[in-house]
Amino acid sequence: MQSNEPLKHAGNPTHPERNIVVGLAGQPNVGKSTIFNLLTGLRQHVGNWPGKTVERKEGSLSRDGTHLRIVDLPGTYSLTANSEEERITRDFIVHKEPDVVVMIADASALERNLYLLAELLVLPAPVVLGLNMMDVAEGQGIHIEPHVLAAALGLPVIPLVATRNQGVSKLIATAEQLAREPASFRPVRPEIAEPHRDVLAQVRTLLIEHVPAPYREDWIALKLLEGDREVTDKVQSWLPENDWSSIAVLLKEHEDAVLDIASGRYDWIARMVRAAVMHPSLGQISLTDRLDRIAVHPLWGLLLLLAMFTLVFWLTFTVAAPIQHWLDVNVVEQLQGWLAVTLANAPPRLVDLLVHGVLGGAGIVVTFVPILVVFFTALAFLEDTGYLVRAAYVMDRFMHLLGLHGKSFLPLFLGFGCNVPAVMGARVIDSQSGRLLTILLAPLVPCSARLLILALLTPVFFGNQAVLVSWGLVSLNMLVLAVVGIALNHTVFRGQHAAFIMELPLYHLPNLQSIGHSVWNNTWAFLRKAGTIILLVSIIVWALSSFPGPDVEQSYLARFGQSLTPIGQLMGMDWRMIVALISSFVAKENAIATLGILYATGEEGRGFTETMAAVVSPATALSFLAVTMLFIPCVATVAVMHQETRSWRWTLFGVLLLLLIALSAGVIVYQGARWLGIGV
Amino acid sequence: MLKQQKTFLDRLDPGMRAVVSELRGGRGFASRLAGMGISVGCQIEVLQNPAHGSLLVLVRDTRIALGRGVASKILVRVSDREQPDAVE
Repeated sequence: MQSNEPLKHAGNPTHPERNIVVGLAGQPNVGKSTIFNLLTGLRQHVGNWPGKTVERKEGSLSRDGTHLRIVDLPGTYSLTANSEEERITRDFIVHKEPDVVVMIADASALERNLYLLAELLVLPAPVVLGLNMMDVAEGQGIHIEPHVLAAALGLPVIPLVATRNQGVSKLIATAEQLAREPASFRPVRPEIAEPHRDVLAQVRTLLIEHVPAPYREDWIALKLLEGDREVTDKVQSWLPENDWSSIAVLLKEHEDAVLDIASGRYDWIARMVRAAVMHPSLGQISLTDRLDRIAVHPLWGLLLLLAMFTLVFWLTFTVAAPIQHWLDVNVVEQLQGWLAVTLANAPPRLVDLLVHGVLGGAGIVVTFVPILVVFFTALAFLEDTGYLVRAAYVMDRFMHLLGLHGKSFLPLFLGFGCNVPAVMGARVIDSQSGRLLTILLAPLVPCSARLLILALLTPVFFGNQAVLVSWGLVSLNMLVLAVVGIALNHTVFRGQHAAFIMELPLYHLPNLQSIGHSVWNNTWAFLRKAGTIILLVSIIVWALSSFPGPDVEQSYLARFGQSLTPIGQLMGMDWRMIVALISSFVAKENAIATLGILYATGEEGRGFTETMAAVVSPATALSFLAVTMLFIPCVATVAVMHQETRSWRWTLFGVLLLLLIALSAGVIVYQGARWLGIGV
Repeated sequence: MLKQQKTFLDRLDPGMRAVVSELRGGRGFASRLAGMGISVGCQIEVLQNPAHGSLLVLVRDTRIALGRGVASKILVRVSDREQPDAVE
């Protein structure tokens, strides 16, 4: 998209075919992904960093025959090994040796952003600085002279307004030029403060000849003084015992060096920006301040969140439900009918497999897409404006009770759409235990599939009280989530609390492209995971319910369900409901389809719901719904739980915990209703 | 002229400004805060400090939510002018 513009300063003409690797770095919330999307368009490859649960995005673009590979590095505030993201970013720069690093900074919080630059400049890669959100900075009354900053830093500085695609092509042209002439890169690097200069030199001397390439002694020495655990462990393994103990003594004596190093970097930053940045006098009230008076207020913020919550769900079901119904009737059912007619001469088993096994499974996947798209769009919109982190801040108080903090609210909220992206969304949480706990709790958030089951079945059994019962069941899930969270927090995860530190970026107008990307990523996560697994398992369930024949009552699935009748009786359920529950493991909404088959009368015009209403008591129905809402996560969710925790033990723990809770809830609800004599 | 008092960040009222003087949470803690803009010597303003729950502070043009546990490890210097009774 930028490739037609001629390069002003043509680089080395002797290597026109060279590949240039560009690392795109920056702190979170600086508009880095917008720039990545502008540069690479749809030529992107999204995966994971090898062995990590951090997303890796790579894209490419061509400029006048030069091929540029752009690697989007994870957003990080600094480069000390506090998080997986930080390790990935610095390992990439040290080991993969990109030709150039493009660092994006938020011009409206320049000093904080330049902290990352101070760290990058100690690593062996030339850096171009892109100052994004120049318009926002101006709006805040902050005036920046990029060329003055460039002169002070000794590196190229390009002003950008990525949301309006301003400056991005100049940024990449500059990066390409610097990649061709790395020798021209002579930046002003930050130096360690006076009191620690000697000890740094001493540590470096002790390291000489022990540091293997591509590491450099000065960087390693600096990181040692900062108390970087990863580097400390590395050095300990490189050095003979004696040399290490001399270093350890020095480090012990200068334990406070980390504070001075940080302050030293900010002093350096202050010197760099002094001439280039005009900052407004304090005291002016910005739009963000005004909006925040409500959004983060302990009471108003909570009410606003509730209103937003209601709005998102109202929107999702008003807009998406009709589309979903239309797809079901006009696409899936038509296709099934057409296939049945076309394959009229094929073996009946094969036709049945294709029509009910394959298309049935695919149908579920397809019809869920509208709901997810609308829900994710609403959520992405709220996130992109900057509201969603405020919601997380407001919810922090309550999340603390569960041993989590505000950040966990975001993935859990996502779970109302689909549990698959919710489990994957737990990646935003810094601490290992917090991430694990969020993953374990996420399946208790009722996803849209379960909400749909509620919407469909409650009117059948509870008539006027349907809405009340639905709310009650959703509340039950929330209650169980809270109880399980509190219980795990006081037992398994006792004492493992991570510090809660979260940036609240300025509010801004949402960018359609980044909303689009977010919706696509979340929906694609569902399609890729849920799509393939649901299809596969729905074929298996089809086989279990079709063999040995002649009909479903004699199938393996039915036999299995019948063998579980004793457990079912405790919850008031017959084998058909047990089978429906088992099939909901494939995908929650399968419960409906299974009930449809098992309670079908064969009479035209009489739906299975009418049959059910006639033979199933309200107490049993309530118990069935409670169990369905709390039952083990669907197979796609289990798959991502394993993918994200990298542990079968934790995955199994989560599944068994939910199974136990769901069955207990069923027994309590049914026996309670019987004891009270209600609805039996 | 100005007397300065040392206290922990979580004891400040909303609207008060202070200067960070010490970070008492070890090296990892200090380096994490540094990346977010909080370092010894920087100005910090408390925007919100509810009785329960996290603080909201403004530091280096950035709004940051800080858990109470975090805020209770940040020692700050408050100048006389910024004492609670002096704030209107």
